[in-house]
Amino acid sequence: MKLARWFKQASARVRDGAAELKVIDRRFQWLGAVMLACLLLLAGRFAQLQIVDHELYASRAENNRVALRALAPTRGLILDRKGRVLAENRPAYRLVVVPERVPDWEAMLDQVGALVTISDDERARFNRARQRARRFQAVPLKTNLRSDEVARLAAHRHRLLGVEVEPYLTRHYPHGALFAHVLGYVGRIDERDLERLGPDRYRASTHVGRTGIEQAYERVLHGQPGVETVETNAQGRTVRVLERQAPANGQDLQLTLDLDFQRAAAEALDGHAGAVVVLDVDTGAVRALVSAPGYDPNQFVNGIAPSAYQALLDNPRRPLFNRFLQGAYEPGSTIKPFLALAGLAEGVIDSDEEMFSRGWFELDGEGRRYRDWKRGGHGWVDLTKALAESVNVYFYEMAVDLGIDRMARELALFGFGQPTGIDLLGEGDGLLPTRAWKRGQFGEAWFPGETVITGIGQGFVVATPLQLAHATALLAAEGRTGAPYLHTPTAPSQRVVHADPHWDAVKAGMVEVIHGPTGTARAVAQDVPIRFAGKTGTAQVFGLPDDADAVDEREQDNLPEHLRNHALFVGFAPIDDPKWAISVVVEHGGGGATVAAPIGADVMARVVQ
Amino acid sequence: MSLQRIGANGLSLIRLDAILMGLLGLLMLIGLAVLYSAGEQDASLVVNQSIRLGVGLAAMLVLAQVPKRLWLLWAPYLFGLALAMLLVVEWVGVGRGAQRWLDFGVIRFQPSEAMKITLPLVLAAYLSERPLPPSLMPTLISVVLVGISSGLILVQPDLGTAILVGTGGLAVVFLAGLRWRMIAGLGALVMAALPAMWLNLRDYQKNRILTFLDPERDPLGQGWNIIQSKIAVGSGGWSGTGWLSGSQSHLEFLPEPHTDFIFSVLAEEFGWLGVMAVLVIYALIIIRCLQLAHQCTDPFARLVIGGIVVSFFVYVVVNVSMVSGLLPVVGVPLPLMSYGGTSAVTLLAGFGLIQGLHSRRRFMGH
Repeated sequence: MKLARWFKQASARVRDGAAELKVIDRRFQWLGAVMLACLLLLAGRFAQLQIVDHELYASRAENNRVALRALAPTRGLILDRKGRVLAENRPAYRLVVVPERVPDWEAMLDQVGALVTISDDERARFNRARQRARRFQAVPLKTNLRSDEVARLAAHRHRLLGVEVEPYLTRHYPHGALFAHVLGYVGRIDERDLERLGPDRYRASTHVGRTGIEQAYERVLHGQPGVETVETNAQGRTVRVLERQAPANGQDLQLTLDLDFQRAAAEALDGHAGAVVVLDVDTGAVRALVSAPGYDPNQFVNGIAPSAYQALLDNPRRPLFNRFLQGAYEPGSTIKPFLALAGLAEGVIDSDEEMFSRGWFELDGEGRRYRDWKRGGHGWVDLTKALAESVNVYFYEMAVDLGIDRMARELALFGFGQPTGIDLLGEGDGLLPTRAWKRGQFGEAWFPGETVITGIGQGFVVATPLQLAHATALLAAEGRTGAPYLHTPTAPSQRVVHADPHWDAVKAGMVEVIHGPTGTARAVAQDVPIRFAGKTGTAQVFGLPDDADAVDEREQDNLPEHLRNHALFVGFAPIDDPKWAISVVVEHGGGGATVAAPIGADVMARVVQ
Repeated sequence: MSLQRIGANGLSLIRLDAILMGLLGLLMLIGLAVLYSAGEQDASLVVNQSIRLGVGLAAMLVLAQVPKRLWLLWAPYLFGLALAMLLVVEWVGVGRGAQRWLDFGVIRFQPSEAMKITLPLVLAAYLSERPLPPSLMPTLISVVLVGISSGLILVQPDLGTAILVGTGGLAVVFLAGLRWRMIAGLGALVMAALPAMWLNLRDYQKNRILTFLDPERDPLGQGWNIIQSKIAVGSGGWSGTGWLSGSQSHLEFLPEPHTDFIFSVLAEEFGWLGVMAVLVIYALIIIRCLQLAHQCTDPFARLVIGGIVVSFFVYVVVNVSMVSGLLPVVGVPLPLMSYGGTSAVTLLAGFGLIQGLHSRRRFMGH
């Protein structure tokens, strides 16, 4: 009640009620005078507009009919790094209707329907657009007419009142599915888009970038509309153009992608579902970015048929899913080089130190055995051999010595668990588990066994193919590279310094993977003429019984495809002065060494040439 | 006894003023007629608006019954509540781009609307507890309250309502007898603050002002609205094109003809005479309210009525200036005529407060 007391605080001054009311009265007089002046001003203003200048405005109203028309800017092209066209604008024809010139709707639609087929979908869209448009504005009824349709309409033109065939530019992706997930596509603008984008800039536009580059660089690609002042006759037909302010066309966008590399990557995947990412190690420029299977983005441009869209959604291979950007895969053994660096930097292991692999690892008092993929173990193992042969026991032990939180901290330095910052929207984070994360997520304590399997890239830890490629580029460049980008470079990431004395040891192990006598991917060295370094990985999809070998590639072929393991590969080349980093994920491919590594090697060979 | 007398007596029984109610009713009827034309003769618009006005009249009736001493007692708490809701809306409000609404699940509520009534109320209560004209401290505190209230609304961002609330509040301080030299000082302060305010305006608000100064700068966007509205108004002439036959309004050159630009439709279809008739009704409403204020013998009632009347007046002037190109488009509706609910309800509630403060009668008593 303090507030109330302060509020009502009595005054020391003696109050003179009559005098106070008089003060207020005087003020009311002032107020009345101001209001009167304002009202007189308004009356005068309307007299000026409606009486003095009436003729002027009446003729302008007549001429409102001198209409302003927005002119759509031409969308910028999208080019690859060598200037080859990846997205273009093709001339096409569309059928438009000017509402106020149609005497009889039913008759018109029947007549047009006899000449070209108009789907229910097109009719519904047309009716919606008609509601919004002004009566003299042309509303599209059917887009992307075939040439025979144009010819038939032209022949019957004199009978079709209010109907016109109009040339326009339509977006086209000449390489179809090859770039579907990177470029995305444009789609028709709807009411909600207009509200979001600002109706002024998009008044004349029909399309807007929906996904991929088309969406991320919408502002650059779209341009600014122009304005045309046209004189129209009473029917709203343009008589002549009085004034024209040309639109500022969208800018062309040159990407870092290389058409040849992209093709090589897609061909190497050879029908598998998966992703391939190729990065320039020095800058982070993305040279190839494939998610397979793809889809034809062209069918989205003029509105995809609902049945076709449903088919894409129902396809069990999920062609619409952007694997390189949003796929969350257990990295499997591809995480080992990064963990090795963590172990070296934290002083948990020494590159020369050897340990003995008898084929399995056991946590004190737990009883469960965590196995090597090789029955009977690998014998005495140092770091190089641990990477070359992908010795699980070596990394189980190291993982336990590091502990989960230290592992997470070290792996975060290589970009795991956070978006890489590529210039596309909707990038996935992957996941780097910690004790705190698990408590927050499940309200459960962290189990030691979960640390063990994180050591071989399994359990909660997941990464996107883009993260794997970026981490590999960081390793290849010994700590400094830019975030992956397709057009606009980003600042180089913080250099990972504290791994400094250890790069060579880990890289040597990755060379042995391919070129060593016992390397897991030694088979590919025989088929490919270049020297490179890498690491294979296999991520379990189907949990095998505890006492079976954790990952036995030979058994994989006997499983149905959707239960087979994901195959992974990361690598870089050339060995001495790395220029390219790559990541390959093959869903249900079986084994990293048998499936992903050959794909990686194949792409590398084409890229290095 | 004539029918009129009976009506007037009946209204005064429920603490309402017959003359004011007659003027308000006339205005709302004209509003509905213009709305019918502006909305392409869509009866559902008229029905919806009638329902809203009905809700507003109910709110008016309820507020008119609250005795003055309760208003005096509640003023600081009502204001505190409105202020708290404005702060909450900053954090959790929902709205398209602008944070204006509080969503209580069942109903959505715009706290800035409550400010239109509670700010004059609290200032009048605060100042009338002290000797008038107010001395320096109360003046400063009042001005700070106005600043905080309209500032919070400005950052929502809702420039139109911020102006209405700000002028309503300042009007109370002015009516309380603020000394001229303080007014001069405040004026200088505002002039000095203008550059800072400009920097704090959102881009779309700056654009509106720049476009207002030069409509051709953006002939397809905001400028389009101003140009088209002036054409509609100007082509109306002396007596207009007639109800339902304004070509500009119906050819859809005019933007939002049923909300912010409804006065343009009136001007086109009923000409200068129609404009003057409606302006005169607005003037009479204001004059009647000022009369009611004058009949009150205590500063509190006078100040509250003055504040609310001024913000009503500012509504009219800003909207009418906006459609005739005298002011930038700031999104202020035309009171009791524009289509839209919240402002109509608040306005009618405000008139309820005015009539309740004036009435000496107890509810349904003699």
